[in-house]
Amino acid sequence: MESTARSFKENAHHALGDARLTEALARLAHGFPARRRDAAARLPEFDQLRDAARDIKDHVLDNLDVYLDRFEKQVIASGGRVHWCRDAVEARDAILKICQAADARTVTKSKSMIGEEIAINDHLEAHAIVPVETDLGEYIIQLRHEPPSHLIAPAIHLSMDQVADAFRAHHTDLDPARPLVEPRALLDEARTRLRERFLKADVGLTGANMLIAETGSIVIVTNEGNADLTCSLPRVHIALASIEKIVPTLEDAATILRVLARSATGQEISVYTTFVTGPRRADDADGPEEFHVVLLDNGRSALLGSEFHEMLRCIRCGACLNHCPVYGAVGGHAYGWVYSGPMGAVLVPGLIGLPEAQHLPNASTLCGRCESVCPMRIPLPKMLRHWRERQHATHESPAIARAALKVWSFLARHPALYRAVFGLGVSFLASLGRRKGRFRWLPFAGGWTSVRDLPAPEARSFLLQWRQRNPGTRT
Amino acid sequence: MSSRTDILANIRRSLARKPRVTSQSPADRLAALRPGVQPSRGRLPADRRLALFMAEAVRADATAEAVASFADVPGRVAAYLARHNLGAALRVAPLTRRDNIPWSKQPLLTPDFGPPRPEDSVGVGAAFAGVAETGTLVIQSGPESPTRLNVLPPTHIVVLRASAIVGTYEDVWARLRTERASKDGPTMPRTVNWITGPSRTADIEQTLLLGAHGPQRLHILIVNDLKDTVADGGFERG
Ligand code: SF4
Repeated sequence: MESTARSFKENAHHALGDARLTEALARLAHGFPARRRDAAARLPEFDQLRDAARDIKDHVLDNLDVYLDRFEKQVIASGGRVHWCRDAVEARDAILKICQAADARTVTKSKSMIGEEIAINDHLEAHAIVPVETDLGEYIIQLRHEPPSHLIAPAIHLSMDQVADAFRAHHTDLDPARPLVEPRALLDEARTRLRERFLKADVGLTGANMLIAETGSIVIVTNEGNADLTCSLPRVHIALASIEKIVPTLEDAATILRVLARSATGQEISVYTTFVTGPRRADDADGPEEFHVVLLDNGRSALLGSEFHEMLRCIRCGACLNHCPVYGAVGGHAYGWVYSGPMGAVLVPGLIGLPEAQHLPNASTLCGRCESVCPMRIPLPKMLRHWRERQHATHESPAIARAALKVWSFLARHPALYRAVFGLGVSFLASLGRRKGRFRWLPFAGGWTSVRDLPAPEARSFLLQWRQRNPGTRT
Repeated sequence: MSSRTDILANIRRSLARKPRVTSQSPADRLAALRPGVQPSRGRLPADRRLALFMAEAVRADATAEAVASFADVPGRVAAYLARHNLGAALRVAPLTRRDNIPWSKQPLLTPDFGPPRPEDSVGVGAAFAGVAETGTLVIQSGPESPTRLNVLPPTHIVVLRASAIVGTYEDVWARLRTERASKDGPTMPRTVNWITGPSRTADIEQTLLLGAHGPQRLHILIVNDLKDTVADGGFERG
């Protein structure tokens, strides 16, 4: 997918002015966090399971080469094939080749973030193969030619009338008199259309939530059941997964499943958890004749062993997005690439490069809510700071911020001057904002004050107050 | 260099930069198959597992009823269909034949054991296990168990033996490994489907709707065979 991460500031500005988006994000903020909290409260072992889930992935990452090798052996033993792909180009080609060998005209797809990462739909379309997204949210945004705006709720940014408009624009034989003003009517319309596509598809392309080294199985989790139709009806099943999705055993998969849905939607478990191992057996009643796993690196092996190593534990539950004040204000599209929210702000610079994603590590207040809810206990704020440090070290932070920091560090080394300058500044600002205790506008801070007020400082600086209350201590 | 060699070499090079944080070897872990943290709520005797399974399945929007024997199944199915104004045509997984369900006791029902079709309105399948901790059904694919039966028909009825209700997910794996063991070790079926409640989506304005692509209704008929089974159901990991 093309990135617009460079324009994060403009994207965010635009998002803040979008009333429909604000409404949609408010719905999200009211729903997911409370449901997650209730689900966690219902399971006394929840935090212990988070530790166990973290330990599983730590162990896998320590031995990733061994587990990938074992996984491949087991896939082959069960009659499937593994295609190793260094980058998006290789993965696109591998998938295209499989589709062409199957003479495919239609490919049904269940949701895959890796599919977004490698922009597989564009590639298939360019070769006259029609990709059909089948997750309801993904289907809607495919019609609108948009990327997903959330890991597990890709169309979270849309209102019902926008969905109805998309259906009317694309389902051209739809009776104009038929009302589409209820969510149920929209679902029925999509279900009927997609049923036809499911039945005609030549290839089914799914993601994978996990890969199990013990058995060579892939695990697919959905609530709709679309992945099961995708991998059971067509003649060929392709599962697309990145290399860090490995877990050692079926037991380990169970542990991670216990924290996944609870963190994501607050369900005890998602409706459909499907373990797929190889193609149909000779005497099976149904199932595809071919089973392929397309295994993608795309920069992940380089993150191993770096200060971003722990990011590879991520299971894409979306909890950090749901609890992030920045995501909650600007939504997913502002981040400009496939992944958004705190996990996106850490992962995207690692995958598409820091220069392109330079604003993302700064799109955070480092409030720490993300880390406190992450089922895999990923220290997201710490890693955001690592990116900021790198940015500073490689002179990629904005010139004005660098200049300001230089001035600050000079002053910090000269305490008397520090006190004089900041004391002056503080009393000046305080006198400006004295009447209301806050600013509606400040010179050079329009970016802040256009959307919120800035509290005015106390008339005396912290240092001054400290000295007055604690006479005799050094400051 | 092939992509495979290249990726594996990159992984090894990257890992060498950093001390390991875990000590177990992959070979040991794969040999041990050690269960992790299992919720205490699943560690129950068989009769209480049945109650928990039903409560959790209902929480997930399924419906469940216990029946005394397989002979009662046709009557309960007919009543369920009547309650929901559904027709009498059933697509039945051949696997249920092992249970000798006397369908002829309900002459109005028309069970068909052929391959599932898109127009089927009611599917009847057989579960390999039920998991009490979350009210989850476990269904295996196989020669007599087509996977599409789980998702094509809008109404899904599943027959489950009470003795096949285990406490936790780990118990399912233990049972599956035992039952499918062969000389080369256990072999997974093409699919193991865990199903918890009917299909759903919240993709339109976060409104929860049942019956997205899979069934809108999931009804579980639990045949209470506990009195016939030894002590504690026998499926618990020792
Ligand atoms: S970083 Fe943690 S909370 Fe965020 S998506 Fe990944 S696993 Fe979930």
